[in-house]
Amino acid sequence: MSNVESVNSVVRSNAERKQIRKERLALLRKNKAFVVGTTILFFWIVLAVFGELIAPYAADEMSFEFTGMAPSSQFWFGTDSLGQDVFSRVLIGTRSILVMSFSATILGTIVGASIGLASGYFKGALDTVIMRLLEAISAIPVLIIALLAIAAVGGRSPVITVLVIGFVFAPNIARTVRATVLGETELEYVAAARLRAERTPHILFREVLPNVLPPIIVEFTVRLGYAIFAIATLSFLGAGVETGSPNWGMQISENWSSIFSNTWWPTLFPALAIASLAVCINLISDGLLEVFEI
Amino acid sequence: MKKYILKRIGLSFLTVFIVAAIVFFMTHILPGNVARRYLGRDATPEDIEYFNIKFGLDKSLVTQFTTWLGKLIRGDLGISMQTENPVSDLILPAIGYSAKLAAVAFIIIVPISIIGGIAAAMKRGRTTDRLITVGGLSASVIPEFIWAVVLVLIFGVTFEIFPVTAFPEASNPSLWTQVYYLILPSISLLLVLFGYIARITRAGVIEALESDYLRTAVLKGHSRKTAVVRHALRNALLPTIAVVANQIPYLIGGLVAVEIVFNYPGFGTILLTAVGAHDFSILQAGVMITSTVIVLFQLLADILFAVLNPRIRQRISE
Amino acid sequence: MSDTPILELQDLRVDYTVRGIDREVLRGISLSIAPGEAYGLVGESGCGKSTAAYAAMRYLPRNGKIAGGKILFDGRDMTTMNNDEVSELRRSAISMVYQNPIAAMNPTIRIGHQLAEVFRMGGATKEESFSKAEAALARVQIADAPRVMRRYPHQLSGGMAQRVVIAMALASNPRLLVMDEPTTGLDATVEAEVLDLVRELRRETGTAVLFISHNLGVIRHMCDRVGVLYAGSLVEQGETATVLSNPSHPYTVGLLRCIPRGGLHKNTDRLDTISGTPPPLGQHFDGCVFAPRCALAEDKCTTNVPEMINIGNGHIARCFKHNEASGMPRNVESVTVSPTRNASVQQKGSQLLNIDHLSKAFTQDGHTVHVVNDVSLRVGVGETLGLVGESGAGKTTIAKLILGLTGSDSGSHVELNGKDLAATLKKRDVADVGAMQIVFQNPDQALNRRHSVTRIVGRAVQKLRGLSAEESTNRAHDLLSGMRVEASLHSARPSQLSGGLKQRVAISRAFAGAPQLVVCDEPTSALDVSVQATILNLLVDLQKQDGTSFIFISHDLGVVRYISDKIAVLYLGRVVEFGEADVVFGGPHHPYTEALLSSVPNIDGSVRKRIPLAGSVPSPSNPPTGCVLNPRCPRMAGSGVEGLCTTVEPELNEVEPGHFMRCHIPLDQLRVSQQK
Repeated sequence: MSNVESVNSVVRSNAERKQIRKERLALLRKNKAFVVGTTILFFWIVLAVFGELIAPYAADEMSFEFTGMAPSSQFWFGTDSLGQDVFSRVLIGTRSILVMSFSATILGTIVGASIGLASGYFKGALDTVIMRLLEAISAIPVLIIALLAIAAVGGRSPVITVLVIGFVFAPNIARTVRATVLGETELEYVAAARLRAERTPHILFREVLPNVLPPIIVEFTVRLGYAIFAIATLSFLGAGVETGSPNWGMQISENWSSIFSNTWWPTLFPALAIASLAVCINLISDGLLEVFEI
Repeated sequence: MKKYILKRIGLSFLTVFIVAAIVFFMTHILPGNVARRYLGRDATPEDIEYFNIKFGLDKSLVTQFTTWLGKLIRGDLGISMQTENPVSDLILPAIGYSAKLAAVAFIIIVPISIIGGIAAAMKRGRTTDRLITVGGLSASVIPEFIWAVVLVLIFGVTFEIFPVTAFPEASNPSLWTQVYYLILPSISLLLVLFGYIARITRAGVIEALESDYLRTAVLKGHSRKTAVVRHALRNALLPTIAVVANQIPYLIGGLVAVEIVFNYPGFGTILLTAVGAHDFSILQAGVMITSTVIVLFQLLADILFAVLNPRIRQRISE
Repeated sequence: MSDTPILELQDLRVDYTVRGIDREVLRGISLSIAPGEAYGLVGESGCGKSTAAYAAMRYLPRNGKIAGGKILFDGRDMTTMNNDEVSELRRSAISMVYQNPIAAMNPTIRIGHQLAEVFRMGGATKEESFSKAEAALARVQIADAPRVMRRYPHQLSGGMAQRVVIAMALASNPRLLVMDEPTTGLDATVEAEVLDLVRELRRETGTAVLFISHNLGVIRHMCDRVGVLYAGSLVEQGETATVLSNPSHPYTVGLLRCIPRGGLHKNTDRLDTISGTPPPLGQHFDGCVFAPRCALAEDKCTTNVPEMINIGNGHIARCFKHNEASGMPRNVESVTVSPTRNASVQQKGSQLLNIDHLSKAFTQDGHTVHVVNDVSLRVGVGETLGLVGESGAGKTTIAKLILGLTGSDSGSHVELNGKDLAATLKKRDVADVGAMQIVFQNPDQALNRRHSVTRIVGRAVQKLRGLSAEESTNRAHDLLSGMRVEASLHSARPSQLSGGLKQRVAISRAFAGAPQLVVCDEPTSALDVSVQATILNLLVDLQKQDGTSFIFISHDLGVVRYISDKIAVLYLGRVVEFGEADVVFGGPHHPYTEALLSSVPNIDGSVRKRIPLAGSVPSPSNPPTGCVLNPRCPRMAGSGVEGLCTTVEPELNEVEPGHFMRCHIPLDQLRVSQQK
């Protein structure tokens, strides 16, 4: 028992329990971080889907009379050195980064969670080997191993990038999942399941996994933020994305040197877009963490 | 204790070996891959064969691996595919520059992040805390290159306080000048690394502040301040050591983008060029050096942690 | 002695702010402790006793505040003091001893430094403080004080750590010592030693003590006066002997009736229970806090708060109906009980479970640790075998070995109904798996928190009985209702239930496959006394109804004595004594059993001569040669068989029909020397 009476050590009635559940859902809805994050994300998702329809100009529509123009009513975000409308390019470029980040994170989570589950549940030699591998991989910075992989597998394809990022994220996700699973398997309900002659797949997927799922979901949202980070950086560095469809990172790398001639808009707006997307994902995961922790 | 250190060093060697294996096999995933990547699509079979023989790529994978590893241990980093000069000629000066940047960044990042974490913990739940925590974490998800570009825009172009490159033009610049040029790049890195370090520090401080042993200290008759300083602080900062060590890979990874933006002839720039040219000699050597440095830092951090934390120390010596 | 009480709480009210609302934790408590007196504050979890203890040091958590009333220390009002004055009092006049001594010390500072710090705060120089610290450790009977000075808290055992904390508390020569559940979590023999130490030190120093505990036996042993706390309200107070023998508040009466005291046995007596559950923290009451659960409650009780009524000689109770309290109707379901216990044992018949040479050794860093060593036990049909022993005895490991959760070493033999069982669970038939089940101590961890109650029990039925999903669900509903889990709760998740309800669900699950044997591993240790009684009654009912056998593991000797037909006493992984419960408890006993029994304080205050054990439990990786108890055995000296005890490990021999002991000393010699 705790030394100083804490709320958790007290017996509750059913009615109060229901109340607390309602309070938690309300907390989620009231949690500023979560709400703001979800709203912004929703807005970006809409753009990802309908970008081309909303944008006033086509992504590669160049107008040579209007190169390098500052933001105006005609071009809300101005134009770049090729006369392309920055606003349209930002809108249309949403899809690329969102799709790539989500895909990479989903891939990484599925692979990583599976490894983590297996490693944490079965332990033994399998676990030791996997742990050594994971430790080695985490000694290489994500960006650098991604660069190496891209160089090795060859280039400029978003599919390759998604695969690379996905597999590079898997180890860290595996680590987190493994730690959670190790904790869960210590709990007696797992022993109780064995005492019901349950077979291993059942125990793993119907008993342990449901308890490990909330941390996995939170981990997913955190990794999503990192995926955006990594993919934006890679496209900025010119690795792993095809030249062609507008891409925020690439837009910045193409245009940033012109900030020295005070042409800041082709750089700043994509930068703000990346920042807002990354931050909104981060707000969502913060909100989830806070509510699940309580 | 000695046994622990030896065991830990042994594990580090193992890790580095596994990294080498990973790096090597990633590069040589597809047979004939290296040559084809480097020479491009128009390469003829003869070109490829010539290339392979020149760089020893015709031997079996295992032989290649052991040769490469053997050379690495002796300090031979191989021959660059582009220039056909030793890789070390190219990389070592670059590492020097990156090390300077990393050092300046580290010196700026660690104290500020720790102070931020402590401040957030002391003002738990209030505005300062939310600002530091939420602000710090939001900042950390924004890629360094964006911070770099934004900082250059504000402090380099609009208000000309800091230089927009990291490499001073003057010959033989003083130490202060060099540092001055590295401030803006370091801040780009600070903004990304601050959030996580501050958050872990905050958690460590809060745990210490809510601990039973701090309560005992207060109930012994210490004022809260004395109790915190004398009892809580030493325990509070233990997790910080671990997290700082954890963040070093991110620091190094961030160097690449920052060096590009600030036009700094560091390690990251070399690496990026090598990626473009598919110069695998440089790439392999580069990744190995990076990882070895990181493993070394993690080893030092683990040992430091064991020295400071009696629970681990005692368990070892029993 | 002065008349001013050393501590006086006057109508003290403390609130906690939780989720934005102020909740009453202490509702106007008034008590006073005279200088040199020992006052016990007793109550179940959530009653506010810890809060009261910390309030006496004027220490409240972040979200707590004093909502009214006064705390007077030696006449001085602590509620109006500033922080410096309070710190001064804590330095010199009031000290605290904590529930978890290891956590209460700084993990990165050596013991010597932490202890010396207190002396330095009292004005000693650095050298003086260290020599005083060493002397203080010797005073709390820590052998090898210099070595302990250099240790860190996590290297100490619970008992030793608590002695250090006591030393720290007494270092400032306090006039009041506040002890918050100081021995909860310690083994029985260790607890007895620490309590004896406290009594001794009290005698030497004349310090007053505020002793917080949920254990009435300990309070009886240690305190002159006692106050009973319920839901933050003091409901009864008086001299310990008077309150415990003539309780005058329905709650106290109910509490005393729930406890399986010595002499009660399941076959003849049924434990009383208190209906309902303790209220949530800070719930508001218009009238008496206990009214919703009180068998004597009238309308007046729910609308008016009763005053404290003086019954005589300092004995007070907060109840309108205190006169009727002791005659309060029992809250027991009427069940006819068979007084012929022996007869039913005979009828129960054959052996159900035979365990022979059960062993388990682990390798740890190159050492072989024998956790369980050559254990042999028998459990009959419809019988309860109580397993007692302190930490390290191997009780839980034995349970796991029997069930197959951990594989036993070769040579081990587990036989159910005459059939040999495989060492590991995987290799056993489903029927055998269902025949032996377990109820764990901690239902929070034993029930999957993502599953509904119906699913938890239904799945067990499905797998162990081979019924279809629908049939299993129906059967689950029946089982749960039979265990008095209301139908409305069947779709709930474990986190929505109270501790007692969760344990009922766990028991339902254990019974899903109609088991012949259920292992109960400390099933009520995490529950309050009133809830414990309902669970024990339930287990007894199940046994009567279905003829189920139990292996009941507990550190609480009172509970074990109540519920067991046979007892096995374990020490360091070995059975040292085995036999019928009243024979083992009545004597003559194995020296270890004797020491164990003597360390349990009785509620009725009967003085039992304490037989202490020297030293501490040896590590299982390095057991003593000969009889494992020999370095500590209280009966070895002068027994005439010391030579044997130190060289040859005794066998488990049948010293009387049905009574087994692992000891070189002949039974008759023990009988004589243990004559009370």
